[in-house]
Amino acid sequence: MILVVAEQREGKLNRASWEAIAAAQHAGGPVKIAVLGSAVDAVASELAAAEAAEVIVVDAPALEQYTSDGHVMTLAALIAEEQPSQVFLPHTYQTRDFAPALAARLQRALITDVTALKAPRGAMVFVRPVFQGKMSAEVTAEGPSPHFVTCQIGAFRADAAKRGSAPASVRKAAIDVDASKIRQKPEAPFKEAKQAVDLSQAERIVAVGRGIKAQEHLEVAEQLAQALGAEIAASRPICDAGWLPMDRQIGSSGQTVAPKLYLALGISGAIQHLVGMKGARTIVAINKDPEAPIFEIADYGIEGDLFEVVPALIAELKK
Amino acid sequence: MKIAVCIKQVVTREWQLRVNDSKTWIRDQDASFELNEPDAYALEEALRLKEKHSGEVVVCSAGPARASSVLREALARGADRAIHVEADALASADAFAVADALAAALRDEKFDLVLTGLQSDDQGFGQVGVVLAEKLGMPHATIIMEVKAEEGGLRVKRELEGGWFQWMTLPLPALLTIQSGINQLRYATLKGIMAAKKKEIRKVTPSAAASPAQKMLAIHFPEKGKKTQMLPGSPAEAAKALVQKLREDARVIQ
Ligand SMILES: Cc1cc2nc3c(=O)[nH]c(=O)nc-3n(C[C@H](O)[C@H](O)[C@H](O)COP(=O)(O)OP(=O)(O)OC[C@H]3O[C@@H](n4cnc5c(N)ncnc54)[C@H](O)[C@@H]3O)c2cc1C
Ligand SMILES: Nc1ncnc2c1ncn2[C@@H]1O[C@H](COP(=O)(O)O)[C@@H](O)[C@H]1O
Repeated sequence: MILVVAEQREGKLNRASWEAIAAAQHAGGPVKIAVLGSAVDAVASELAAAEAAEVIVVDAPALEQYTSDGHVMTLAALIAEEQPSQVFLPHTYQTRDFAPALAARLQRALITDVTALKAPRGAMVFVRPVFQGKMSAEVTAEGPSPHFVTCQIGAFRADAAKRGSAPASVRKAAIDVDASKIRQKPEAPFKEAKQAVDLSQAERIVAVGRGIKAQEHLEVAEQLAQALGAEIAASRPICDAGWLPMDRQIGSSGQTVAPKLYLALGISGAIQHLVGMKGARTIVAINKDPEAPIFEIADYGIEGDLFEVVPALIAELKK
Repeated sequence: MKIAVCIKQVVTREWQLRVNDSKTWIRDQDASFELNEPDAYALEEALRLKEKHSGEVVVCSAGPARASSVLREALARGADRAIHVEADALASADAFAVADALAAALRDEKFDLVLTGLQSDDQGFGQVGVVLAEKLGMPHATIIMEVKAEEGGLRVKRELEGGWFQWMTLPLPALLTIQSGINQLRYATLKGIMAAKKKEIRKVTPSAAASPAQKMLAIHFPEKGKKTQMLPGSPAEAAKALVQKLREDARVIQ
């Protein structure tokens, strides 16, 4: 049996949970789905639509707010009871926060950021990115089960998750969660002071990455944006360096956009960037490295030096 | 505050990746190396905490002999001393093996705070910091964008997805995984480089490697999925072709 750990916040299911369910179903064998929290009945019945042996709810006041200690403690107890062969999770920030501690506590293998499963009925081989997505590694999990597997966001299709002919049964697990053992004391999540720009409505975006090299070079990108009638945006390192404000950052920790045109200048295409922009209708990448992962999702690509290509583009647009 | 910072040496971004003969890792004999990016931010945060609250900053790296260069660099930026867990196998080891090696080197020193980066640029496990916290019996918090030392503990700002954040408190000793961009980096000064020459890098040999929790079978360049239309020619030719495509085929500009 594969146990999928679904993720919810304030009673709302994280969509990536369905991707982990799809991956687990694809891996074969019966699937159970666990969800942790307080007052999560609605989430549980939503999950019960999946083709699954059962949905297991751990409902405790101590789990109302996510904490690493709360999750590790609870899941360690649940896994001891359920004895799954594998545990699948979506590779969210929350999973990153607790799954390595859980795997270490149980002394079981953890394979993170998995993009594909191979030979799903033999010894399972997991494909995961290395070198920031420039290469893929094929790995196996060693040692006793259960092995923990986290699924890269977007790698498995949520809509491929099979639904049951009737809702799966929902069961409350009787697990004591000792609040006094939780060392992290979280406060309420918040957003930084009002965002000045909302790029989600932009029709065209010119995004710059580390290939731009220096802040003073941003001007050439801005000229291109102007010629295209586009907003300017950036990958994380550009905002980290303070060259553009944080609210222009695209990606998992920044904005998610879906413009008609997304033109990436000197951006390699790390997954945390791609999740924020792969919904764009037409993607153009200009990069001097033909192996850059951004070319895997681009519609049009120019292999070349952006400092030569961009001025040529501006000139062409002005013709 | 006595702070340890775990830093990893990784190949530079500019280096053209090449696979070794057995296709199980890269052939890095002729590669150039640098400090893993988030680890540079972790080091900077440690130096700032020391400046505010006094104490000591100790950097620790697990890796082959060449890893001593990132330790030297950290010493030049202001770390007080360094620990090098040296073994060739650590160059491509599994997260559990690395965390074991680091835990053994750090455990007896009784640090108040251990900082790591959130992820390595090469293996990208996103595991070593959190596994290390568990092995050291410390509470942890991940993807940290701000650190405040308070009476008896820490108040830290965690990054959540999509522009959300969250403050949380936790008692010391603790481990934090640091996100890039938490601060602005300083670089080594000539004075720092000179001073680093006199600082200690203590070498330790890891005890028998723990059994790996994950085994690397092969690495390769990803297969291209979607068919990208590459536009060839000189910059002017490619630019011309692109503008035409965008106007006439994609119709996303006028
Ligand atoms: C938890 C987490 C959250 C993250 N959140 C985000 C996020 O929200 N957004 C985000 O963007 N990243 C995010 N990242 C970081 C992400 O993993 C990558 O590190 C980052 O996206 C890389 O940015 P880049 O492509 O600009 O830089 P690099 O990866 O360094 O790529 C630079 C590219 O420029 C090319 N280049 C260099 N010079 C030239 C030239 N002259 N002409 C043309 N091309 C050139 C190079 O070939 C290279 O492909 C996150 C990481 C983590 C771990
Ligand atoms: N060999 C190593 N030596 C020292 N620190 C390491 C090593 N490997 C990983 N780390 C630390 O753990 C973090 C996460 O790495 P990883 O789990 O490989 O993604 C890195 O940012 C480093 O701070």
